[in-house]
Amino acid sequence: MSTNRRSFIKQAAGIGSLALFGKKAHASRLQVSPDQFGVLVDITRCVGCRSCEQACNEINEDLPRKSPETFKDTSVQEKRRRMDYSAYTVVNRYENRNNPGMPVYAKFQCMHCLYPACESACIVGAFERQANGAVIYDAWKCIGCRYCMAACPFQVPAYEFSNVLTPQVRKCTFCFETRLTQGGMPACVQSCPMEVMTFGKRNSLIKIARERIKKYPARYVNHIYGENEVGGTTWMYISSVPFQDIDLPHLGYHPAPGYTEPIQHAIFKWFLPPAAVFAGLGGIWWYLKNKKSDE
Amino acid sequence: MSHDEHAAPVEKKFFTTGMKILTAIMVSGLSFGLYRMVFGLEASTNLDDQFPLGLWIGVDVATGVALAAGGFTSGALVYVFQREHFHAIIRPALLTAMLGYTFVGVGLMFDLGRWYNIWHPAIPFMWQGNSVLFEVGMCVMIYLNVLYLEFAPIVCERFIGRVNLPWKFARFNDLIDIVLRFADHILGKIMFIFILLGIVLSCCHQSSLGTLLVIAPYKMHALYSSAWGPLFFLTSAFAVGLTMVVFESMIASRAFGREPEMHILTPVSKIIPYLLGIYIAVKLGDMISRETYKFLLEGSAPVIMFWIEFGLLTVVPFFMFMSSDVRRSPRGLFVAASMYIVGILLNRSTVFFIAYEPLYAAKAYIPAFAEFALTIGLICAIMFVYRLAVTFLPVLPAAEEH
Repeated sequence: MSTNRRSFIKQAAGIGSLALFGKKAHASRLQVSPDQFGVLVDITRCVGCRSCEQACNEINEDLPRKSPETFKDTSVQEKRRRMDYSAYTVVNRYENRNNPGMPVYAKFQCMHCLYPACESACIVGAFERQANGAVIYDAWKCIGCRYCMAACPFQVPAYEFSNVLTPQVRKCTFCFETRLTQGGMPACVQSCPMEVMTFGKRNSLIKIARERIKKYPARYVNHIYGENEVGGTTWMYISSVPFQDIDLPHLGYHPAPGYTEPIQHAIFKWFLPPAAVFAGLGGIWWYLKNKKSDE
Repeated sequence: MSHDEHAAPVEKKFFTTGMKILTAIMVSGLSFGLYRMVFGLEASTNLDDQFPLGLWIGVDVATGVALAAGGFTSGALVYVFQREHFHAIIRPALLTAMLGYTFVGVGLMFDLGRWYNIWHPAIPFMWQGNSVLFEVGMCVMIYLNVLYLEFAPIVCERFIGRVNLPWKFARFNDLIDIVLRFADHILGKIMFIFILLGIVLSCCHQSSLGTLLVIAPYKMHALYSSAWGPLFFLTSAFAVGLTMVVFESMIASRAFGREPEMHILTPVSKIIPYLLGIYIAVKLGDMISRETYKFLLEGSAPVIMFWIEFGLLTVVPFFMFMSSDVRRSPRGLFVAASMYIVGILLNRSTVFFIAYEPLYAAKAYIPAFAEFALTIGLICAIMFVYRLAVTFLPVLPAAEEH
C-alpha cells in the first residue's frame, strides 16, 4: 500500500504543478501560528480509567447525559470503540506486543489538524480552524452532507443519524468555548489523574516529547505521532508500542487538503480554464458553421 | 433552437398497463422517502459513522449526474460540431438531462441531514472555494437552471398561439402569449451562450465528482485511489452520455410501438467507442503507472467490482460498439448500451461505498431496503415525468404517417 500512496502523492503533486499553480493553495486559510496550543498524549502513562471520558461528558452539556457510574465500567474496553454521537472521546485497551501481560490504553478524540480535511471538504465552511489550534464546527451552517466524515483521515466526525430534524456532526471542540477562550485547558486534560496529557504551546510540547524519548529510549518508539502526520496535528502522541497497534493510522506527512485543492484550484485558476473551454468550443462552432455555409 | 425539427407530442394513451405498474412502483418507492423524512436517516438507512455516504449518494446523485450527461454531449455533437443530421436526439436528451438533474436535487434532499439548508452553498458568506463539493454544488445548481432555459423554447413552441386558459383566467391568454413569444425570441438569439455554458458547467462538475474522494486516499482501495479520479469521471461521462441517448431512444421507440431510429442511432453509436476508448486508455494508463495491476487477483470486494464494472461492463461494450454489425442491430446496440449503463452505475457505487474502506469499519455497508426502494421510486418518477412530458410537449420526433 505504501508504494501506492507514495506514487499517489507524486501524481497529485504532478497534477498540481502541471498548470502553474499550487503555491497559493492555502491562501485563504488561517496560517499556522507558532503560538498555537497543543496536547501531548503519553500513552505509556494511561491506565484506562475513563476519567477523561467522564470530564468530557460533564463539560459538553449538549451531549447525551451519562451518569458518573457509566464511566466506572471498564468492561466496555473489551471492544474497539470509536467516538459517536454521544461521546467526543473514548479510551480503548490494546494488546502490548512488548509486554503481553500489560495492556496499553489509548485515548482518542479529534486530532485538530493543522490542515484539516473537514475544513477543506465542507461545502459551506461549517468547519473553521482557530488561531489557537481548535477546529470548530458550526451546526447552523451545516447542510448534513457528511462529506467531512468521508474526508477526515482519522475518521473522527460522528453523526446524529437518529436525530430526524436537526442532526449535527459531533466531534471534540478542544473545549474551545467552555475553557480554551477563557484561559483554561481542555476538561479531559485537567481531569486525568495520571497526567497522561500535557497541554501547552505546540512547539514546546514537541521539545518535551523529544526530551522524554531521548531520556527513556527503551520506553518509547522514536516517533512523535502528529508532529508531521497529514501536515501536523494539534494532538500528538508518544507511545511504547508502534502507533498502528493502537489504531493510529499510517498516513504520511502530506496534508489531506493537498490532494484535492491543487486539482480544484488548477481547474478554476481565475476561471481561465472554464473560460478557455467556453471560448474554444464557441470558436469551433463558429468555424464549422461558416465552413458549412460556404459550401 | 429552431422550430423546424418535426417534433410533436406523442398521441398515445397515457395510462397504459405498463404505466399503471410503473406508477404503483413509483408511489410505493417514494413512500419510503416520506418514511425517511418522518423517522430520520437511522431508521431508513444502513449508514453509520464509518460509512457516511451510501446508495443515495453513489446512485441517486453520482450515477444520476453521469447518466444525465446525454444533455451536454448531444449539445456538443449537434451544435458545436455541427452534426445537424442528428438533430432528432437533442430534445429527448435535453429532457432526460433536465429530469435527471432535477431528481439529483430531489434525491439529495432525502440524503442531507439538514435538507432545509440545501440553499446554504448559494449564500456568499458561506462560499467555500477550497471545497470540491462546493464546486459540484454550484455547477449543478447553475446547470439545472441552464437546462430549464434550454428546455423553455420547447414549452414556448407548444403554447404559442394556443394559450387557452379556462374560465376567468382567459383574460390573460393574450398577455401570456406575448410573454411566450418574447421569451422564445430572446432565447432563440442567445441560446448558443447557454448551450456552451451547459457544456462547460458539465465538464466542471462531472470531473469534480471524481475529485471528491481524492481527499481521502488512505481510505480508498488502491485500485480506486487515484489522483486521476476527475479524468475518469469526465471521460466516462462523455461516453455514457451518448450511450444514454441511444438507450433511451430505443426504450421510447419500444414504449410507443415505433421502429427504433437506427438511421440516427447507428451513426451516433459509432462515436461511442472513441470516447469509451479514451476512458479505458486513461484508466489502464493509471493502472500501469501506479502498478495497481498487482491487486487484480485479490479476492476483495473492490477488486471483484472492478472486474465486473470495468472488465465486463466497460471493456466488453467497448468492443461491441466497435463492431458495425452490433451498431446496425437494434438488439445488439441495446445490449451494449445497457451493459455500459449498468457499468457506470456500478463504477460510481464502487467509488462511493465499496472501494471506500473506512479505518474502523465493524461491518460492511449494505444498503437498507428503504434505500433501494427510494432509489427505484425516484427512477420510476423520472420515467413517469418523461412520459408525461413527451405526451404533452413536442419532444420526440413526430410519428411517421402511414
